[in-house]
Amino acid sequence: MQHFPKGSEQNSTAPKTKGIRTAFEKGMNILFFLCGAVAVLFVLFISIYLIVSGIPAIREIGLTDFLFGDTWKSTSKDPQFGILPFILTSVYGTAGAIIIGVPIGFLTAVFLAKLASPRVAAVIRTAVELLSGIPSVVYGLIGMTVLVPAIRTTFQLASGATLLAAIVVLAVMVLPYIISVSETALTAVPKEYEEASLALGATEIETYFRVSVPAASSGIAASVVLGVGRAIGEAMAVMMVAGNVPNMPSLLESVRFLTTAVASEMSYASGLQRQALFSIALVLFLFIMMINAALAILLKKGKKS
Amino acid sequence: MKRALSLLLAAVLCTGMFAGCAGTENTSSAAASTAEESKAEESKTEESAADATADLSGTVSTNGSTSMEEVMMGLTEYFKEKYPNVTVTYDPTGSGTGIQQATAGSCDIGLSSRALKDEEKEAGVTETVVAKDGIAIVVNKENTVTELTVDQITKIATGEITNWSEVGGADMEIAFIGREAGSGTRGAFEELTGTEDACSYNQELTSTGAVRTAVSTTPGGIGYISLSSLDDSVNALKVKADDASPAVECSEETVLDGSYPIQRPFVFATKTDAPLSEAAQAFYDFALSAEAAQIYSDAGVVPAN
Repeated sequence: MQHFPKGSEQNSTAPKTKGIRTAFEKGMNILFFLCGAVAVLFVLFISIYLIVSGIPAIREIGLTDFLFGDTWKSTSKDPQFGILPFILTSVYGTAGAIIIGVPIGFLTAVFLAKLASPRVAAVIRTAVELLSGIPSVVYGLIGMTVLVPAIRTTFQLASGATLLAAIVVLAVMVLPYIISVSETALTAVPKEYEEASLALGATEIETYFRVSVPAASSGIAASVVLGVGRAIGEAMAVMMVAGNVPNMPSLLESVRFLTTAVASEMSYASGLQRQALFSIALVLFLFIMMINAALAILLKKGKKS
Repeated sequence: MKRALSLLLAAVLCTGMFAGCAGTENTSSAAASTAEESKAEESKTEESAADATADLSGTVSTNGSTSMEEVMMGLTEYFKEKYPNVTVTYDPTGSGTGIQQATAGSCDIGLSSRALKDEEKEAGVTETVVAKDGIAIVVNKENTVTELTVDQITKIATGEITNWSEVGGADMEIAFIGREAGSGTRGAFEELTGTEDACSYNQELTSTGAVRTAVSTTPGGIGYISLSSLDDSVNALKVKADDASPAVECSEETVLDGSYPIQRPFVFATKTDAPLSEAAQAFYDFALSAEAAQIYSDAGVVPAN
């Protein structure tokens, strides 16, 4: 076993050791490359798998009947596979979560980045970090045992498992993403901008909302898109609070999201029903891809400006 | 400062979590240990019989009811331990097909989750009931209704009756809580009440436990669960086959003696005039033996023997 010259690179000029070193370097390069390729391979594999297994059912059902059919009866004698209720529920649910989550998250971010004293900011920031670490099943559990009964008694319903419950849970779940990304963007605004504004006689609040926020706008927009991505992809928590009946979305009715449509029926599905679930997954995948593309564009814009 | 705070918050969360767990942990570990004990007993009896059975070989083909999948999986698994050289195949095609295949002799044992019709028996197959599947109708503990007729249950399921006052209870909206499409319990309930594809659900949940929890937390809730998962958190209704007949409690005895109306048999259909192959006979005997009883209970049905 030859001793590998770790600390004596300068001294080793013999051609033999040099050869070993370049071989070692090359070997490590290849190893690193392979590790990087693993991620790419997984993405490619999943994309191809989803497309291959999602297309047959869409072909059989027909693209318009599948995307715009408003009835999902997968195990009936005369099965119908319309996923419009799921698509609309996912869109409404996400929009609702964003409508509630963004104002709270955005204002929290401004407070944290600009106004809060370091001590208060540390407490809030820690709480936000912990919030993002809570597993989604815990959100679902608390939603199921606290929120759902509360909605039932408030609105005098037979069952509180509704779109509203899902929206509230999702709003809480997207908060940490919106807060932390927006805060980073706001903190990155050069101090000179704000100092100039203050020197011209603007108040602090005027400065933050007229100067800092516009300067950080692309980062804030990115935080919203990130929240959208998080909300639309969430399955476990909404499955526990939304009731999962394939109704057209309505705030106080039980609904089924794209994610829960796949998750709830997969365990016993067979034949065309199973294939249709893959097709739903494909639709969901396309949604997420579009959101990711939007995110990439926004972040690029932010870097340029 | 920040670190101390985050530690404190994390500690508070942790104690909360453990406090929440404490109650349930005991019961679940107790259940697990009893399950282990019963398994240990089983394996003891198996060992003594193993020598005599190890050399039997062949194939047993079964075909039929999809609802019997869980039972068949359990039977096949334990049978395999006893007779390692016998292969049992299971083709989930549906009760009607299974009986036909058994009549035609293209499988050894036809599986049916309904009693055989007279014309099927005349065509040359004999039915042997191996287990019975009872479905309990459960309501919230606060509900004052204690019995319903099958007809009333059907009307509740289809949304014709929407308030408990219509069936003699308090003025409270009914929340009908069931299982997801494809679930065996849902299939059995809808088949036995004649509500296939006609149910209007308030919630569709993915497990029996979830249905039970939802009913126990929803005052106006009604749901169906398999008899074996009945517990004190909900009230099981007595069911009348029609207005004139007595209300029957849901229990193993009433399911076995046939007086509880919402139940169905799990049937082995075998050719009347031709003997089973040696391997098929062994499987048939095993399915009716005392050691198979635990398998049926695990699958949520009542063993016939």
